Amino acid sequence: MPKLVYFAWVRERIGKPEEQIELPEDVRTVRQLLSHLKTLGEEYEAALQYPEVIRVALDQEHVEHHEPIGNACEIGIFPPMTGG
Amino acid sequence: MTAPSVRVQTQDFELQVEIEALTHDRRDIGAVVTFTGLCRDEQGSLSALELEHYPGMAEAEMQRTAELAVERFSLLGLTAIHRFGKIAPGENIVLVIATAPHRQAAFDGASFMMDFLKTSAPFWKKEHKADGSTGDWVAAKDADDRARDRWR
Repeated sequence: MPKLVYFAWVRERIGKPEEQIELPEDVRTVRQLLSHLKTLGEEYEAALQYPEVIRVALDQEHVEHHEPIGNACEIGIFPPMTGG
Repeated sequence: MTAPSVRVQTQDFELQVEIEALTHDRRDIGAVVTFTGLCRDEQGSLSALELEHYPGMAEAEMQRTAELAVERFSLLGLTAIHRFGKIAPGENIVLVIATAPHRQAAFDGASFMMDFLKTSAPFWKKEHKADGSTGDWVAAKDADDRARDRWR
């Protein structure tokens, strides 16, 4: 069961910094994960309204939305970065 | 070549101390380029920026970028420090120092490090307003993506 970690306005809208979630077997790619999360409630819907802008990291490495989740232990979900 | 030094910290940094750490006892360095990014307040309405980061990944991503920069520009040394927490206008946010035998590699190395840091290191800025209210999260800029893409 992967740990999901949220940052910045994704964290604020979902209302928690992290959680462990059992994913259905048909959720295989990052895109499918984001679509699935959107169905979990209106706070998720608010955070992931525009999934195309959301960035995802598997075990702390950036991935594209078409990529498989595989056996990732930690899935980071966050807005575009604004450091520097 | 010195392995790049990457730090993510709340406390401020001292430019001269960090330059000295890269140049002390060396005779092969001909160029030191430094970039310091500060918290700015253009409208006079900001009390602070709050920098959030993804612990672990922020360091890892900066380290990956730093190693790419050292390799690509044959840098002799590279230091990158990014602060997090609340930072007031006028205070330091980020420091990059690149050293090389000649200036162009040092300029390019520092510039490359900053362009990739801005678009791939997991940091986010939230505004705190001077009137006590919480402002917006700073939006990512397309110009930052373009700055990164010129290195491809």
